[in-house]
Amino acid sequence: MTKDTPKIELRNVSKRFGSKVVLDNLSLTVSPGKSLIVIGGSGSGKSVMLKCVLGIIRPDKGEIFVDGKNVLKMSGGEREETLRKFGMLFQGGALFDSLSVWENVAFGLIQGRKMKRQAAKEIAYDKLAKVGLGAEVGALYPAELSGGMQKRVGLARAIAADPDIIFFDEPTTGLDPIMADVINDLIIASVKDLGATALSITHDMASARKIADEVAMIYKGQIIWKGPRADIDNSGNDYVDQFIHGRADGPIKMEVLKP
Amino acid sequence: MQLNFLAIIGQVALALFAEIGRVTAFTWSAVSHILRPPFFWRLLSQQMMRIGYFSLPVVALTAFFTGGALALQIYYGGNNINSEAIVSTIVALGITRELGPVLGGLMVAGRVAAAIAAELGTMRVTEQIDALTTLSTNPIKYLVVPRLVAAVITLPLLVLVADIIGVMGGFVAGTASLNFNPGVYINSTVSFLKAGDITSGLIKAGVFGFIIALMGCFHGFHSKGGAQGVGRATTNAVVSSSVLILASNYVMTSLLFAK
Repeated sequence: MTKDTPKIELRNVSKRFGSKVVLDNLSLTVSPGKSLIVIGGSGSGKSVMLKCVLGIIRPDKGEIFVDGKNVLKMSGGEREETLRKFGMLFQGGALFDSLSVWENVAFGLIQGRKMKRQAAKEIAYDKLAKVGLGAEVGALYPAELSGGMQKRVGLARAIAADPDIIFFDEPTTGLDPIMADVINDLIIASVKDLGATALSITHDMASARKIADEVAMIYKGQIIWKGPRADIDNSGNDYVDQFIHGRADGPIKMEVLKP
Repeated sequence: MQLNFLAIIGQVALALFAEIGRVTAFTWSAVSHILRPPFFWRLLSQQMMRIGYFSLPVVALTAFFTGGALALQIYYGGNNINSEAIVSTIVALGITRELGPVLGGLMVAGRVAAAIAAELGTMRVTEQIDALTTLSTNPIKYLVVPRLVAAVITLPLLVLVADIIGVMGGFVAGTASLNFNPGVYINSTVSFLKAGDITSGLIKAGVFGFIIALMGCFHGFHSKGGAQGVGRATTNAVVSSSVLILASNYVMTSLLFAK
């Protein structure tokens, strides 16, 4: 593997559900150690793209490479090995509500990596401290936490196994602006801390501007623009302009019936 | 008009075959994971408690009253001189061969298939099942296998208890309201009942356990679309497991008792 090998590469990936085309010949690369943010409206195929890379959804066409290896052609064992490189923060947190907070954070270590419970517990409390949660939270259950705390526990769980690659699915959606910024800071800190590659999807521009090295825009299942964060305000792309300024009028037509 | 009608038949047929295909693939994947490590023993014992132990009261009550009512029906319907022997024999055979496993299975289907579908369905729509994958844990192995194995082990045990209590229900009804001689009743029960009557019922119970857990897991796993989707999954799990229990019972009766 050379230094130029992208960490993640999607080549001409297509996916449709029934007659609805969700990903349409989508190609995207993420460089090692960089933070790429994919912006795009609801239903533009962002989540499906992440789930294709994770193998939760199988694309109809195309190739997906992680560290230069095609994940779609891997055996079950290789695939599990590759999945160990990933951590993911889900939009709603997706915490296991039957387990306590520390068991959630330690889950990947205990079940996925066969670590002893006591050792995993110590790491879990360590990671909880990293996201600013005290030891008293560890014994609580997810239902007892506020939305912001659940997001932070989700982040602690995503970084618990020191992943190479972290996915963030709408990390700030549903949070107040201050808590959103706290999460942004935590994401930057933990990604830098691990030296990880980050791929995030969001429609929160404040968050995108803060945590991105590079920004890409997805529209109708295709990447229509990609560039460094600094270029986002003069991309010369009408779609990107409309999106980052949040205008209802422009080339992107929402499927809303006019009254 | 006629063409529309044919199109509807075609669509229904296609949907039916697609569903059968999905169930078959799901069953195969679940069964193949039963034999491959890692095994989650703690989860298995937890599920055996939930599926088996906590179903005891409802199964016992069902068996008791069914046995009692059966005794009364046979007595009123038969009006025989030798009624102690007739009533006790038919109650014992009816309970062990048919009513114990079928009614026990249906009661557990209502309780357990619904609970499994609701739990897994909620985990699906809140992305907890996807989260398992990202934490290097196979959801089929972690969620489906323990429930499947627990149900197949505990259902025969439940039915064995139901057999005993059902016969006892007949005994209580016979001695308390029909003034049978207790000694004669027990004697004729014991002398007519063969081991094959009981084991055939227990084999049926094992199959019913498989059906209940499989339908609960399948519908929960494939639920989508929030609270309504989970509700639909729960209903489908109960209805499909009940119908499959009754249908497979007919097939097994014709196979087990064919001369």
